[in-house]
This record gives sequence, structure tokens and C-alpha cells, in this order.
Amino acid sequence: MVDVSNGVAPARTRKGRWRFTGDSLFHITSEVVAVGVLALLGVISLVLLLAAWNSIATFGPGFLMGSLWDPVHSEFGALPFIYGTLVTSALALLFGVPLSLGIAVFLSELAPNWLRIPLTYIVELLAAVPSVVFGLWAIFVLRPVMKDAVEPAIQSVLGWLPIFQGTPLGLDMLTAGVVLAVMIVPTISAISREALLAVPQSQREAALSLGATRWETTRIGVLSYARSGIFGAVILGLGRAAGETMAVTMTIGNRNIISLSLLQPGQTISSLIATNFTEAETALEQSALIELGLVLLLMTLLINAFGRLVVGRMWRTGEASS
Amino acid sequence: MADKSTQPEEPEFLQSRSGRRGLWIGVAAIVVVIAIVAAGFTTGWFGLAGSTSPGPRSSVTLTGAGSTFVYPLMTAWATTYKGLTGVTVNYQGIGSGGGINGVTQKTLDFGATDAPLTPANRAVAPTLLTIPESLGAVTMSYNVHGVTGGLNLTGDVIAGIYLGQITNWNDAKIAALNSGLTLPNLAILVAHRADASGTTFAFTDYLSRVNQTWKTTVGTGKSVNWPVGVGAQGNPGVAAVVQGNNGAIGYVELAYALLNSFTYAKVQNRAGNWITPTLNSTAAAAASYAGSLPPGNGDWGNVSIANAPGADSYPISTFTYLLVYSELNIYGSSMTQTTAKALVDFVWWIVHDGQSQASSLAYVPLPASVVTLNEQTIGSITYNGQTLHA
Repeated sequence: MVDVSNGVAPARTRKGRWRFTGDSLFHITSEVVAVGVLALLGVISLVLLLAAWNSIATFGPGFLMGSLWDPVHSEFGALPFIYGTLVTSALALLFGVPLSLGIAVFLSELAPNWLRIPLTYIVELLAAVPSVVFGLWAIFVLRPVMKDAVEPAIQSVLGWLPIFQGTPLGLDMLTAGVVLAVMIVPTISAISREALLAVPQSQREAALSLGATRWETTRIGVLSYARSGIFGAVILGLGRAAGETMAVTMTIGNRNIISLSLLQPGQTISSLIATNFTEAETALEQSALIELGLVLLLMTLLINAFGRLVVGRMWRTGEASS
Repeated sequence: MADKSTQPEEPEFLQSRSGRRGLWIGVAAIVVVIAIVAAGFTTGWFGLAGSTSPGPRSSVTLTGAGSTFVYPLMTAWATTYKGLTGVTVNYQGIGSGGGINGVTQKTLDFGATDAPLTPANRAVAPTLLTIPESLGAVTMSYNVHGVTGGLNLTGDVIAGIYLGQITNWNDAKIAALNSGLTLPNLAILVAHRADASGTTFAFTDYLSRVNQTWKTTVGTGKSVNWPVGVGAQGNPGVAAVVQGNNGAIGYVELAYALLNSFTYAKVQNRAGNWITPTLNSTAAAAASYAGSLPPGNGDWGNVSIANAPGADSYPISTFTYLLVYSELNIYGSSMTQTTAKALVDFVWWIVHDGQSQASSLAYVPLPASVVTLNEQTIGSITYNGQTLHA
């Protein structure tokens, strides 16, 4: 740590006498690229806003609250899709995050070497599998299992709950949530593992020397230290879940309704855009679909900001208690 | 630390020398590759010039896009036509809406659409001609264990099922049409398209024509607000839902249903006959309307061959259209007379010789009366005022 800060200090003084050298060229280039990302986000938002203006002007804020999507009568509301996106993403995180953390902790803390290396490769390989492959797997393998085994079993035990009403079809929000969970597990576990590996060995040694058990060491010494890295992994997973299109379209049942039951079909924003944009008949429908894209962008930004806020607070209270 | 600061000097120096050597090797390699490729082009190694076949070859490329329904047929046409004339036809199945947009913005030489041009489309591109190129039909495919065929349906009953009014296979309204069948006490699972599509347009157009409730509450469109059911992507998606669930019914494009040997219902036509969807019964529907079709430059917005008269007409039938400008100098310098001539010849070929290829792919060939209408339309296409089809 000391070496690093020493290395930085002279660089700052060098910056004082500004010359057009390789260093400054590098500095300018990376600055342009970094600012370019911001500019790109700005341009994307602006273009979306302009293209969606027709719909925004027609429906106003009522667009977000409307639950009807009727291209024939040109009435468009976003609520069923916002709901579907939130529910499926939440289900994906609910199933996916504990699983991913388990994998990450096992790989970085517990696995013997002979198992760790092949497993790590496999997890990283899974993170690169294209989503349509998961979609095909979902429709041919997962859907029959959900329809014939899992959903009837859930209904026989918890069928009285309002969230498990309806005839199990395997084409519903629950199935979509499970597919998404499977899809985000490799992403979250691969990145969480990196975060856990970055935890200094001294953290573990300190916890062990105080007499902590393996679990306590992992929880106090490792997991809490790697919190922000793990959070980043979860946010990436959430981004993948909320934006996923093909696998969701193939499993969610594509009904433009709001249903409390997870065993009923639904629809997500990205799935609706993907299936309807090319054939959108009227300018207003096209504009409404683009506004949905804008809503999705804002939703991910909001969720991200909210998550950062929560983690920031956790971080501060964590520091105060230690 | 002091050691480290002196150490990098030598490797850096060495690196730069070896880096420079690598650079020269790289440059030499690129020069050699360019030389080989250039030699290859001049001697025709890559077959890009289409060198082997004799006779005059055209290097014209026609670009079209639109309907995904005609994509397999258009691809077959393009291959055959390339073999006959050397003209390359580049067709992309981006969806009918995309095809209409592309041709009205003049980025495409022709468009293909399952639904006719709307008044708004025609306001943007008033000189766009509508040329029926093929026919489609929509089958009511079903999967009820114990019923292996012979189901009869009327438009009203289909509308009732898709409105959610008829929810069980043992409903009295279905039983009344099928005295010979024992239909089980089984909930109906309604399957529809999740994506906006010409198939949905044809299906909802038919329902709107036969059922007043459907017309006023749901209406006609490529994508509608479905009262009941689950949506699936494309014909294969709907087919998968139907085949995977006992009690399911879904509407599937005829070509797809024929090629995959589905079980589908007979539908009662306007004359009161029970008609199985086939290539012939679909062509009969088109033929029965041929006398009342508008000219190619007219308004096709209200044209529909759904619920056609005629004893043998299958009622859930539809045209698919090609869209071509009547005066091809509208593209300015990006369309030469050669290209314009090639385009008109290709369209002429499609509606004549191309039709024989349609039936082998389970597409419905145009009836002779529609071909005659198309001949007049194609004959009227000009380039700088000059007629192109001899």
C-alpha cells in the first residue's frame, strides 16, 4: 500500500510541467474514452427521448400507470411490462444470488485445488453461453419439468397462496424467473469469486487467530470485506435478467396482463419490444415501444443507484462497528 | 527499488529492437497477403465473377425485404432466378412493417408485406404499386387426446374460444358441430402469436368479419389485445404450445402446418361447407374475389379474401403482396435503367414461372385471374416514362 501511494505522488508532480509526451497522450486518450461513455449514455437517452416523444406527449405520465396494451385501438400502457420485468428479475435474484454466493465461496475458500481449477473454468465458460441456448434448454427441458413436476408440487403444498393460483402450464413468470436465475448464476458467481479472491489473506488469518470458525471467518473476514464487489456482481446479474429477451419470450407466456399469481403468463419490457417492434404498424405504437425502452433504461439506472445507496450505507455502518 | 529502476533499461531497449523487427515482419506479411489476394481476384480464384457458366451474366443486385412469411419462398425464388439470369436478389425477412418502411424510404428496390398498405403508408408513397405475389392460409391446429382428426369449427365458435366465452372442449356449441366426435371435459388452452405478424392479421381479419363482438372489442391487427391465452414466438412457438399441451388450440400458418403434419380443423365457409385448409381451397378463396380486386395502383387497404364466397373457398385465407414503385426514376441516380428492367423482369417471373415453385414449398400459387391483374400492373411500371416490360 505504501509503495503504491509513493508511486502516485511523483506522477502528480510530473503532471505540473505539462509536456506532450507518451504519458500525456495516454492520459488524454483514456480521458476521451471515459468521457465518451458518458456522452454515449447521454446520446442514447436523448435519441430515445426524441423517438418516444410522440407517445410521451399523447399519454403523459398515464403511460406508466396504464395496464392496457391495445395496438388496434392505439391505447398503450406500460404497467404490465414494468410489473413483469420487476417480478421475473426479483425471482431471478431470489433463486440466483444465494446459489452464486455458495459457488463463489466454495471456489475461493473451501474447494481443494484439484477441484477448484476445473470448476472455475466451467463457471467462467457458462458465463459466456449465449442466452438463446438457455432459452432452448428452457423450452425443451425446463418447461416440461416445471409443468409436470415442480408447479403441481408447489400447488399441492402452497396452492392456497394467491401467488400460486391457476393451471400450471410451465409458461409463466415462475419459469421465466428460474431460467433467468440459471442464466445469471455464472455471471454473479464468476465475478463474486474474483471479489473474494481479492480479499487479503491477512483478513482470514486475523479472524482465525481470534478463534473464529470457518463459517465465521468467511462471513466476517471475507464476505463483508468483499461486499461491494459482490454487489457489483449482483447488479450485473440483475442487468442481464432485466434486459434478457429470448429466453424470457420463450418461457413467460407473453400475456399483457398483471397477475398476482406467479403461475400465470406475463410479459417483460424487453420481450415485448423484441417481439413487436419490427411489425409495429403505427408511428404511435413504435413510439410507445421506444418509450418502454426508455422506461427500462431508467428502471435499471434507478435500481443501480438505489443498490449503491444501500451498499454505501452498509459499508459505513460496517466501518463504524469495527 | 534502486535495482529495479536500472533493470528495465536493458529489456526495454531490447524490446524496442525486437518490436521493430516484429513490425517489419508484420508489414512484410501484410504485403504478401495483399499480393496474393490481388492475384486471386485478377485470376478469378474466388469465383466471384461467376466465371464457369457460359452466356451473358448480369451483375445486377436487387434488394428487397419485408414479410417473414414469404422469406423461404423468396429465398428459393432468388436461388432459381440467379441460376437463370445471373441477377442476384437479396431478400431479408425483417417483417412486413420493416419492408413497408424500407420501400417508402427508398432504401429497398421492393418490399413484401402480408397486410395491405394503410392510408397513412399511401400518403407517404402514393406511387407504390400493390402486386399480390402469393397466398397464405391460417389453420386451426389443435391437440386433444383421443381426437385424431375430423374436428369442425365455425367462425363464431373460433371467436368464442379466443374471446374466452367457450372454455371447455365439451361446450355445447362445439358439440353441436361435431356430432360424430366425443369431446372430453377438458379446459381449452388458447395459444396465439406473441410477436406482431401477418398471420395474426389474417386470423383477426377473419374473426372481425364473422363475429361482431370480436370486431368491436378486439379488432384486426398484426398484434392485438388478446382476451385470453398464452403467446408464443412465431409459428414454431405456437405449434410447440399446441403439441405440448393436451387441450390446446392455436392458429398456425398453412405452409408450416402442412410441412409438419399437424392436426387441424375444418372450418365452415360462407357457403356453409366444411373446408379443410389446402393449397387448392386457399386458391379458390382468392379466385372467388378476383373480379372485385382493385388495380395495382388502387387502394388495397380494404382487400381481404377472408370469409370468401364460393363453395370450395377456405375462409381464413390471405394475400401477401410485393410493393414496387410505378415510376422507378423515383430512386434518382441509385437506380439505373438496367436495374429497373431487372426488377420488373424478376417480378414478372415471380407471378408466372415462380408460381410453380410455390406449391412444392407448400405455398399457394396465384389463380390465373390474379395473374392477369398482375400482368396489367407490371406492364404499367416505367423508368423515365418508358415502359420496362416488353
